[in-house]
Amino acid sequence: MSQSEINLQHTAKLARLELTEEEMARYQSQIAGILDYMKVLEAHEDLAAVDPTAHAMPVYDVWREDASRDGFTAEEALSNAPRKSQGQFLITRVVEE
Amino acid sequence: MSLSESTIAQLRKQLKSGDITPADIIKDLHQGMEKVNESLGAYISYDVEAALKEAETADLSLPLGGIPIAVKDNINVKGQPCTCGSKFLDENYTAPYNATSIDLLRKGGAIPFGRANMDEFAMGSSTENSAFFPARNPWDLARVPGGSSGGSATAVGANIALAALGSDTGGSIRQPAAFCGNVGIKPTYGRVSRYGLVAFASSLDQIGPITKTVEDAALVLNHLCGHDARDSTSLKVEVPDFTSALGQDLKGLRIGIAKEHFIDGIHPGIREAVEKAVKQMESLGATIVDISLPHTDIGIATYYILAPAEASANLARFDGVRYGHRAEVPADVENDKRLLYHYQKTRSEGFGPEVKRRILLGTYVLSSGYYDAYYVKAQKARTLVRRDFTEAFEKVDLVVSPTTPVPPFKIGAFRDDPLSLYLEDLFTIPANLAGLPAISVPCGMIQHEGVELPVGLHLTAKPLDEVTVLRAAHAYEQATEWHKRRAPGV
Repeated sequence: MSQSEINLQHTAKLARLELTEEEMARYQSQIAGILDYMKVLEAHEDLAAVDPTAHAMPVYDVWREDASRDGFTAEEALSNAPRKSQGQFLITRVVEE
Repeated sequence: MSLSESTIAQLRKQLKSGDITPADIIKDLHQGMEKVNESLGAYISYDVEAALKEAETADLSLPLGGIPIAVKDNINVKGQPCTCGSKFLDENYTAPYNATSIDLLRKGGAIPFGRANMDEFAMGSSTENSAFFPARNPWDLARVPGGSSGGSATAVGANIALAALGSDTGGSIRQPAAFCGNVGIKPTYGRVSRYGLVAFASSLDQIGPITKTVEDAALVLNHLCGHDARDSTSLKVEVPDFTSALGQDLKGLRIGIAKEHFIDGIHPGIREAVEKAVKQMESLGATIVDISLPHTDIGIATYYILAPAEASANLARFDGVRYGHRAEVPADVENDKRLLYHYQKTRSEGFGPEVKRRILLGTYVLSSGYYDAYYVKAQKARTLVRRDFTEAFEKVDLVVSPTTPVPPFKIGAFRDDPLSLYLEDLFTIPANLAGLPAISVPCGMIQHEGVELPVGLHLTAKPLDEVTVLRAAHAYEQATEWHKRRAPGV
């Protein structure tokens, strides 16, 4: 399971991160070392025979009464927006004019 | 004894008798903050005027009436900054709502005062990864206070907070509490609502208090727990009065000692302090039982797959559109590349090195071709860790171990060696993987590299059995003097 080399450029793109060359070199060796350590999981042969646990405690669907209630006002929702316009979040332009 | 050196329980008596007012406490704490916060780095920010204003209307008939409590800077308090120790949220984010834990504390009469320093987005075991400045250990300023709730532990350890909220994903309440000579408890997963806690790893995160004594921990915990419909992982269970268990002896209590917790690599002074503590608990009436937790050795690997995986998903929300840092997109970037440029530049500028490392690791273990090899395998390993405890708790009521294998280390000691730093969480991580309640309580002082440093004793119980954790920790605490030792000052 362990990888001494990972395609860090591809992983960074998936994570929406842009790394400098220096970061690439540093993370490449550090993450490879961490992934090598994960081999310790292989030492337990009983691993294959168990079900995975996503949560230590049971998780339930949460239902509430279908009734109106107070929420954020538009002003509150926009209060931390880096850029806003006409009562809306302003996003980066992605289409031709 | 000054007000800021007192415990919550002591101050409650003085407040009720009218000898002091909540404003007196806040002013006393503020005086200390002004004097030592620059050298300690315990608080990222604090607003004394707002706290004094709240103090004017404090209801002293409430259990925590007029008691100021510091808040880790990843828990939302309406109208206050919530930086998460990150440049991503620096100066451009003001919480528009209260975390449920803050609402509950206020219902109990407490006053949130001070935003405690932390590792960025709670990722770290040292509070060196704060984007602003490191927090320092009040017992030795050259050393870390632990992390990620290091600011909370430093503030309590240095008497510039009576108590502080922290969050614990792999030991982030208990490890800094041990390093700073405090009490820190991680409740059962689901006991305390995570609504309003900025998520790091959602299946592991839990809010809890760092205090000077076990009694104070029980007092604060009484006002943190309860079902919350806004958190789908919140448990619908009765909340006992956690202070009711205090004062009992340990007769009939079975304490498990796992051979896997006393391995090579533990500092000899820590081993000795913990062994003495176990004997002390035996003399208080407990029965010591040898047990085995055979999957202890895979806890760290499991955690460092699951936590980064969940973090990589949780931190996807930091995209520079709705809140936080936003990078400028130059006009010459082609239209079809502008959005990707926006995301990448924003996130690369906003996140620090440890956060980027964990996002990359998490993204990798969740990516096509590696999901089964890493993520699913780690979830299976989690089953084994959990099963170990289930079997152990058929024989014992508590599992006792050191909180940390080594004493507080020097700032920068693991700067280029993240894996070695991760291994420090060996004893605390299993409680998070299994969702169990666990506490760290002071159990000794050791001489290490010419300085005197605190040692923590770690007690873990079965799910929802905080009462037993607190009962045992309190009985031990009251039989010793370790909790009375305070940091030598700064």
